[in-house]
Amino acid sequence: MDSERKIGDVVLSFENISLSFGGVKALTNIGFDVREHEIRAIIGPNGAGKSSMLNVINGVYHPQEGEIIFRGKHRRDMNTYESAKSGIARTFQNIALFKGMSVLDNIMTGRNLKMKSNFLLDAIYWGPAQREEIEHRKKVEEIIDFLEIQHIRKTPVGRLAYGLQKRVELGRALAAEPSILLLDEPMAGMNVEEKQDMCRFILDVNDQLGTTIVLIEHDMGVVMDISDRVVVLDYGKKIADGTPDEVRANQDVIDAYLGVAH
Amino acid sequence: MQFFFEVLIAGLLSGVMYSLVALGFVLIYKASGVFNFAQGAMVYFAALTAVGMHDMGLSLWLSVPLTMVVMVALGLVIEKIVLRPLVAQPEITLFMATIGLTFFIEGLAQAIWGANVRALNLGIEDVPLEWLLENANMAISQFDLAAAGIAAVLVAALALFFSRTKVGRALRAVADDHQAALSVGIPLQHIWGIVWSVAGFVALVAGLLWGSRNGVQFALTFVALKALPVLILGGFTSVPGAIVGGLIIGASEKLAEVFLGPYVGGGIEGWFPYVLALLFLLVRPEGLFGEKIIRRI
Amino acid sequence: MFYREAGQFKSSYAEDSRIFPIRQDRYGFAFIIALAFLGVPLLAYLGVVSNYTFTAILTPFLIFALATLGLNILTGYAGQLSLGTAAFMAVGAFASYNFMLRIDGMPILLAFTLGGLCAAAVGIVFGLPSLRIRGFYLAAATLATQFFIVWCLTKVGWFTNYSSSGVISAQKIQMFGYTFNSSMSKYLFVLSVVSVMALLAKNMVRTNIGRSWMAIRDMDMAAEVIGFRPMRTKLMAFAVSSFYCGVAGALFAFAYLGTVEPEGFNLDLSFRILFMVIIGGAGSILGSFLGSAFIVLTPIFLNIFLQFLETTIHLDLPSGISSSIELMVFGSLIIFFLIVEPHGLARLWQIGKEKMRLWPFPH
Repeated sequence: MDSERKIGDVVLSFENISLSFGGVKALTNIGFDVREHEIRAIIGPNGAGKSSMLNVINGVYHPQEGEIIFRGKHRRDMNTYESAKSGIARTFQNIALFKGMSVLDNIMTGRNLKMKSNFLLDAIYWGPAQREEIEHRKKVEEIIDFLEIQHIRKTPVGRLAYGLQKRVELGRALAAEPSILLLDEPMAGMNVEEKQDMCRFILDVNDQLGTTIVLIEHDMGVVMDISDRVVVLDYGKKIADGTPDEVRANQDVIDAYLGVAH
Repeated sequence: MQFFFEVLIAGLLSGVMYSLVALGFVLIYKASGVFNFAQGAMVYFAALTAVGMHDMGLSLWLSVPLTMVVMVALGLVIEKIVLRPLVAQPEITLFMATIGLTFFIEGLAQAIWGANVRALNLGIEDVPLEWLLENANMAISQFDLAAAGIAAVLVAALALFFSRTKVGRALRAVADDHQAALSVGIPLQHIWGIVWSVAGFVALVAGLLWGSRNGVQFALTFVALKALPVLILGGFTSVPGAIVGGLIIGASEKLAEVFLGPYVGGGIEGWFPYVLALLFLLVRPEGLFGEKIIRRI
Repeated sequence: MFYREAGQFKSSYAEDSRIFPIRQDRYGFAFIIALAFLGVPLLAYLGVVSNYTFTAILTPFLIFALATLGLNILTGYAGQLSLGTAAFMAVGAFASYNFMLRIDGMPILLAFTLGGLCAAAVGIVFGLPSLRIRGFYLAAATLATQFFIVWCLTKVGWFTNYSSSGVISAQKIQMFGYTFNSSMSKYLFVLSVVSVMALLAKNMVRTNIGRSWMAIRDMDMAAEVIGFRPMRTKLMAFAVSSFYCGVAGALFAFAYLGTVEPEGFNLDLSFRILFMVIIGGAGSILGSFLGSAFIVLTPIFLNIFLQFLETTIHLDLPSGISSSIELMVFGSLIIFFLIVEPHGLARLWQIGKEKMRLWPFPH
């Protein structure tokens, strides 16, 4: 899309990743890489293993085979805590917000790793804990402004419409100031207007903050428009990898997923 | 060695009775996903009602079936007033509702029949079976054997009921997926009514057996609490699990009390099954036969 | 009309994050505090309020509210269902007793704190299973805690100072040479302790530690992905919760009953406190107090009501019936609340406030 952005070196790369659950092979021999500051899309039919791949990236699943190279370090798998600490944040396919808390509190949870306070200081509150709360509140309010959700900041998340919940989830991921953002179908279930807003947010995040984005999405228009590179999965195997134009023209991809315009 | 076997067998026999109580839990949980904490109170209430009527002059042959009717009615009322309004709530809410139900039924039982201990005589005596005493020199209570026999028959009948009959199949379908069961025409509320009634029947049998052994008193509700470790071991949804779990808990409890108890001052029975279950859970969080919980993210 | 926020502007995040952001709430709360600390003693002095009111109502209300706060932190905020509350209270009570007994010149508040810490330690140990077990399995596992601890305190004579009956007499509460002998002084002592601890609890639940508990409760997988550590969070919840229950247990022994035995901290008490959490509102500090008030007052009102019935319509009830009816009333109230308002009295209170904001308009 916009070639002004400088796409950097490879920050994350996968070699021969295989993941199975019992007898079911979710991923077979997956290999691709992600470059810094780019928007990388993972597409494919349902059940292709896209969410599993994301789960491997942030350590929820541990592949049986293969290697991950993250910021130059070779590893067998990722670990949720370490990946969160190293700046990987994500959203989920089925919204995983904390339904009992307000929008503000949900996004504040995203600041967790940046908070230094311990429970004793928290209990006393006045003093260091309050200062820290306010400092992080400022950052969270910036995100709330950015996502245009000021009017619902005190609403319990469970009461919000689906599209707004997705936005809050993005906010929570952004609160961690991630260097890599994993988005699992961020626009599922949204109408055209909401999708445009979401696209705008994702592009702004990538543009202004330089965040690397790995994105699973079904809306081809969106994918082709905003991604720098696309990887296509089908039945757990990689069937194409390249720029949107390359992938769109790939016969395997057309057969498996895109179909042909009649 | 012989003494060991005596204790073991006594434990196994009481274990069969634990299985019976545990089955009541499994039935309801299987069919409606509700963990019925009130099962213990139901055991107490059933036993008290049967004995109470008997003490008022009715023969047991009359009071027991009458109690059965009462239990069925109770089951239907519970289903209608407590469960139906809470159908969509998380499991934990339903569990807490059954805790409330426990207190209510206990209070009701005591309000109607008083809190005194009542004796119940089923006609079988708690003396060693002579045949065994003479031939194998082992003292095993006649009563324990008879009770275990009755319980075993009931457990077998229920297991068959679940797997072979149409109603049993319907129950399993309902336990798996309410919506799907509805969509194939299974009358959900009838099923729940049936389940609670069967659980009531199980409670009655358990109440009569335990009650004649230890007297019908408030402590009967704790017997049902003992069923919890049984369920933990055997899994909440498995009939064979309830059986195996019951045997293990019954045996280990007795053996621990007799062989370990003297070293620590006795009274181990009160917590041993729970600690055993706890340790077991650490290794296998779903129990021996329970379903493995898979969570998708 | 009276309860409106119009004109109350908050110009800093500090102002927005206050415990009582609305001015009317602040005044209301200040009034209640004044009433509790000053009004009640005044009424007692004037003879309006009898000693009975303290010993039977206010003091246990406060102590149970503290225990309910503890359980609320564990079950309401962190989502770990526990049926072992009374056991932790017992640890606090007996630990404090032993510290006072065996160390000369031990200040009472320190003894309570140490008792609470002992309870916290036990809480961490018995909370370890929560890392693997959840839901009712965890509740069943906490039964192990409840039964084992009470058994332990009964069997190991050292805890009860080898008392033959198993009953211990808690020492007097003395601070700076003043002995808290009268029920009024004990009430004020308990009030102070509970007020401070309630404030600490409120602070905890509105900061990071509280959010970590709620995150683990609501969606522990997502919480882990964000960087909350389940083990640390859950054990923290057990520790803090048990500390509160331990101190409540110590107060129970020292400032209320005077004599206790391990059996007095039985499963029935654990259930009672769980009921306070449910009826008052899980996940609410205010709810802990409301629930405690409700459960403490209901038997009293019930007794009065039954006595009234007996005298007016000459209803002849057998003697033990009031406790049975109490059980039935509690049971049905639990069910009622779970059906009608699962979030308890605290939510009803919130709804009431919402209506008050709009009054006299309906919506």
